[in-house]
Amino acid sequence: MLQDSVQKFVQRHYSFDDRNAILASPIGYSEECWALFAELGWLTVPFAEEDGGFGGLATDLMVLMEEFGKAMVVEPFVPTAVLGGGIVAALGNAEQKSAMLAALMEGRLQLAGAFYETGGRYNLANVATSATREGEDYVVSGEKILVLNGAHAAGLVVSVRTSGDQRDATGISILHIDSASAGVKRQEYTTVDGHKAAQIRFENVRVPAANLIGEEGAALNALEQVVDRATLCVSAEAVGALDALLQKTVEYSKTRKQFGTAIGTFQALQHRMADMFIECQLARSIVMMAAMKLDSDIDADEKAKAVSAAKSRVGKAIRKVGQEAVQLHGGIGITNELDVGHLFKRVTGIETLFGNTDYHTARFAQK
Amino acid sequence: MNAEFTPQELQFQEDVRQFLEAEFPKDIRAKVDNRIRLEKDDYVRWQKLLYQKGWAAPNWPEEHGGTGWSAVQKYIFAEEMARVGAPEPVAFGMKMVAPVIYTYGNEEQKKRFLPDILASNVWWCQGYSEPNSGSDLASLKTSAVRDGDHYVVNGTKTWNTLGQYADWIFCLVRTDNSVKKQEGISFLLIDMKTPGIKVNPIYLIDGTPEVNEVYFEDVRVPVENLIGEENQGWTYAKVLLTHERTNIAGVPRSKVRLEKLRSLAANTADGNGGNVGDDPIFQKKIAEAEIQVLALEYTELRALAAVSVGKAPGPESSILKVVGTEVAQFIDELYMELAGLQSLPFVPDQFSADFAGVEIGENGAAATALNYFNNRKASIYGGSNEIQKNIICKAVLGL
Ligand SMILES: Cc1cc2nc3c(=O)[nH]c(=O)nc-3n(C[C@H](O)[C@H](O)[C@H](O)COP(=O)(O)OP(=O)(O)OC[C@H]3O[C@@H](n4cnc5c(N)ncnc54)[C@H](O)[C@@H]3O)c2cc1C
Ligand SMILES: Cc1cc2nc3c(=O)[nH]c(=O)nc-3n(C[C@H](O)[C@H](O)[C@H](O)COP(=O)(O)OP(=O)(O)OC[C@H]3O[C@@H](n4cnc5c(N)ncnc54)[C@H](O)[C@@H]3O)c2cc1C
Repeated sequence: MLQDSVQKFVQRHYSFDDRNAILASPIGYSEECWALFAELGWLTVPFAEEDGGFGGLATDLMVLMEEFGKAMVVEPFVPTAVLGGGIVAALGNAEQKSAMLAALMEGRLQLAGAFYETGGRYNLANVATSATREGEDYVVSGEKILVLNGAHAAGLVVSVRTSGDQRDATGISILHIDSASAGVKRQEYTTVDGHKAAQIRFENVRVPAANLIGEEGAALNALEQVVDRATLCVSAEAVGALDALLQKTVEYSKTRKQFGTAIGTFQALQHRMADMFIECQLARSIVMMAAMKLDSDIDADEKAKAVSAAKSRVGKAIRKVGQEAVQLHGGIGITNELDVGHLFKRVTGIETLFGNTDYHTARFAQK
Repeated sequence: MNAEFTPQELQFQEDVRQFLEAEFPKDIRAKVDNRIRLEKDDYVRWQKLLYQKGWAAPNWPEEHGGTGWSAVQKYIFAEEMARVGAPEPVAFGMKMVAPVIYTYGNEEQKKRFLPDILASNVWWCQGYSEPNSGSDLASLKTSAVRDGDHYVVNGTKTWNTLGQYADWIFCLVRTDNSVKKQEGISFLLIDMKTPGIKVNPIYLIDGTPEVNEVYFEDVRVPVENLIGEENQGWTYAKVLLTHERTNIAGVPRSKVRLEKLRSLAANTADGNGGNVGDDPIFQKKIAEAEIQVLALEYTELRALAAVSVGKAPGPESSILKVVGTEVAQFIDELYMELAGLQSLPFVPDQFSADFAGVEIGENGAAATALNYFNNRKASIYGGSNEIQKNIICKAVLGL
């Protein structure tokens, strides 16, 4: 049902040309599409029924994201609904939930999660950005990198250190910071795969203490779980994009003629496409495994391990399928004219997001 | 071939180092160090300095301005150039069309074209590929029909690297339709200012207009611009392709990039209090690349030894192309992995000379994904790696 609804949307509103026009627009995503996301109920998918959502199942997110992946949707679904909204749903009090989640699901509130710092690599516990209590406020100083949707989000959901040393697991808190606050300095940019992001400096930003989401100093576990769900989301997105790459490559190989015959008749290339197919299937399987584990009641470490397994294996598939799709297209594959190059860029970006293949392989081994 | 340099060779190495230290322009070096894109002027300026020293064209025969160096000297020179990041000459003039002209051109053509190539007065581009003739190059359709003292050229060439800068283009054109496809091709030199030529940029996935489509509509080319004999162009083209392929191995550049990668990794925080350089998984990857480069280097030295005793570069040039491009692409991946999240910002302005803002990402991190994307071309151009393997199957394995 969800799948059907996204496919219809893509057919009507998200051709490759539509997407190019959206990318070229000043804000880099389509407000009309975002309104449709809300109208079609997609923004409720990450949330539990008691929070007013559709159910919050990872298996549903997987279906949605896979279709987004095929069409290379750039609207900030993951930053707003999975990262920002996910934190509010996991840690927020009743007041915060009612203030933010309804607005989010109706498409009126954009969020961003600001969790990574220079020198911290993929370690979410590496938080140098400090928040010091002064009367009724926290005063926040520090810098976050690669904040997806960081340029347009009204609300920034930021990991800050309220006590302890830079890499301590305790002492990490989450603040909701109005992006219009004095002292928030955003350096906006587009990512190599067409998404909007920002590097954000906080210079003595005063944040009301009421904007603390969850208990002071105890946010790390929830933060990791929310990022794991986002990781599952982009892994599913990659599965869709990789399928698109395979399908486009097979089609192209049937029409492109060299040496008087379709290049798809060369066995050297047929085997490469068979390998791509195998990679796509393994990636799909392991993402499904991880989604089902997230929806089960196993403990948090096992869930984390399953997500890392998925991200690691998908990362391997990304390298292989992405590179082969470009190679088998020849020169046209590395031009901006064809969707194949853009799919290649997107999956490559996903490979790095929330921890690359080596990171998740090591995390799998350690859990 | 010796594993150690002789005293004379060591002296030569010292001379090259001193020359580069003194003459390689500091501003170009700074650009290379800061990953700022080089402009046409940077290439030309540096080439002219090499020319003044007499070192512009180590691979040319001495009579046309070559250096007369041994294979080992050439090797040393290439290595020292790479060490300081001195750009190689843009290949199309110096390394591609020139060998064809001095091998197959007439005296008149040698006098007319070679000095300007040697002195970097003229920028050349390569007009081989067509939209429907990529790997099957011999199927090319751009036609040249004789009309008095001219050929009239019609057709479309594509993927012309840096054709936007070019003064001249060397083209494969069809002069006979009635014979086997390889036998009706000629090699023609065309002035890009000739009426009827139009150049359209093609944007690659890193956002740069590095290649072009070039259209020819009734372009009149004097017959004296034909190289060698009519319909013998395929033979000349294949010779040129083997030259193109050996240059593609890029051993010195890969070595230098690996050294840099190692030192960058040793200074890149791993987020847990250590550095990425201490991570055994990353160390293993760098080591594997280094070992591959060593094996490639000695394969190249063996090939060079064969050439220096009078043989043409043979099918082993296909090995150099396949392995050289694959290892370079693997190094691109390692740079991107090291850069982590900061490989993702698309901020190309940071890498232009007049950028004055605050840079995002340290040590050129934001250039790494773009380099990875762009360099996927290396296994496609110059005869794709699949075509190289076909050549090995046919020419070496007898399959
Ligand atoms: C960045 C860039 C710069 C270039 N610069 C120049 C230039 O300056 N001048 C110029 O003339 N050309 C240039 N080229 C063109 C280049 O040489 C061609 O792209 C190349 O020959 C491949 O042709 P194609 O792109 O049409 O791919 P195709 O020939 O269509 O190949 C598509 C795929 O099929 C494979 N394939 C084809 N035939 C076989 C076979 N028989 N067996 C197995 N696999 C096969 C190929 O390997 C490839 O993977 C450039 C290309 C690029 C990408
Ligand atoms: C960019 C480029 C660079 C080259 N450089 C060199 C070079 O340096 N030295 C050199 O000797 N040659 C070179 N060649 C030519 C090459 O060796 C072969 O000639 C070329 O790959 C095959 O084309 P052909 O026209 O010679 O036909 P042939 O290879 O003789 O092909 C005969 C028939 O076999 C079929 N065929 C070819 N390959 C396959 C396949 N994989 N599976 C099924 N059928 C197939 C074709 O349909 C064709 O009809 C180069 C070719 C290109 C495109």
